[in-house]
Amino acid sequence: MLNTIKDVFIDNGFITSFLVVGVTMWLAYFLSNKLTKGKIHGSAIAIILGLILAYIGGVATSGTKGLSDISLFAGLGFLGGSMLRDFAIVATSFGANFDEIKKAGIRGVSSLFIGVILSFVVGAIFAVIFGYKDAVSIATIGAGAATYIVGPVTGAALGASSEVIAISVAAGLVKSVLVMVGTPLVARFIGLNNPMTAMVYGGLMGTTSGVAGGLAATDPKLVPYGAVTATFYTGLGCLLAPTVLFLITDMIF
Amino acid sequence: MVIYGVAILAGCFLVGTVAGELIGSVMGIDSNVGGVGIAMLLLIVVVDKLVKSGKITKPSLDGLSFWNQMYIPVVIAMAASQNVLGALTGGPLAIIAGIAVVLISWAIVPILAGKQKEDPTYTKTAIRGEADA
Repeated sequence: MLNTIKDVFIDNGFITSFLVVGVTMWLAYFLSNKLTKGKIHGSAIAIILGLILAYIGGVATSGTKGLSDISLFAGLGFLGGSMLRDFAIVATSFGANFDEIKKAGIRGVSSLFIGVILSFVVGAIFAVIFGYKDAVSIATIGAGAATYIVGPVTGAALGASSEVIAISVAAGLVKSVLVMVGTPLVARFIGLNNPMTAMVYGGLMGTTSGVAGGLAATDPKLVPYGAVTATFYTGLGCLLAPTVLFLITDMIF
Repeated sequence: MVIYGVAILAGCFLVGTVAGELIGSVMGIDSNVGGVGIAMLLLIVVVDKLVKSGKITKPSLDGLSFWNQMYIPVVIAMAASQNVLGALTGGPLAIIAGIAVVLISWAIVPILAGKQKEDPTYTKTAIRGEADA
């Protein structure tokens, strides 16, 4: 009996994921209303619950895909995977105002360059502080501070050691998780309540999952503006980090 | 029909992704450069044209609206499939560098964005879209 139920849930993993996410959201909005009187947005709590579940999944399976490594919840990996994530992000632009995007165009583009370079420099400085002396490792860790995709792409291009690549991925993951959880908390202090600032925010932070999750928890109406710049960031990082930024690093070290 | 809206969304997504892959290969990197962003801009323009010329019906728009509102559930599923364990066990360098880069970026947001007024009207001018799911 129990096995039959389990098999049905596993065989229909994608459908199961709708139920799991629905229950998680219900619980999150319930907690939001009862415990915080709506002060902390339900979707913020839901994302934190999701991250906690991902941690539990990681501990239980020592896999890399959070809760979705548990076969019962494998469908979550598909629902939250890059295909449906990007599809839903594109859908958020239904409701965005093109005039606002045009208005913020130049600032959005400049924030992209500043964001990639700034993250790279900060990551590289900490790599040096922690004792890395070769330009390849320093550049790979700097790239990881951009996003967890730029890190391994750069590391692979430059021939970094797998230990350094692992650190660069972890740095990018920390960034992504912190942006997801922290955005609603700092939004008030950094003026993140309008399309222009959201576009700059997406360009500076760059982690698509972090920005998308963080803005969703702050004000879902800002999501398209942040996402439209953030989705260019990883590509720009993959372009700049192993080339120009590495060459500059190489000249210094 | 609902599927028309979903099909428009899918078409924009695919065109954007192909464009992003092409830009990536022109730049010589195996990565999608801004494909999602291009798809978003394309969708905004296409839907705007269709609505203004009255060539799209309410059910078709509902197909777009559905995926628009599925966004937060997808993000939650994404959060639940992140490598959180990897982030927390990546060692002190990864954690400190990750935190530092976020804190510094946060501090720079207001400088780059300049003084912007909170403008509650910006959502009203949108074509349609219930993002608050």
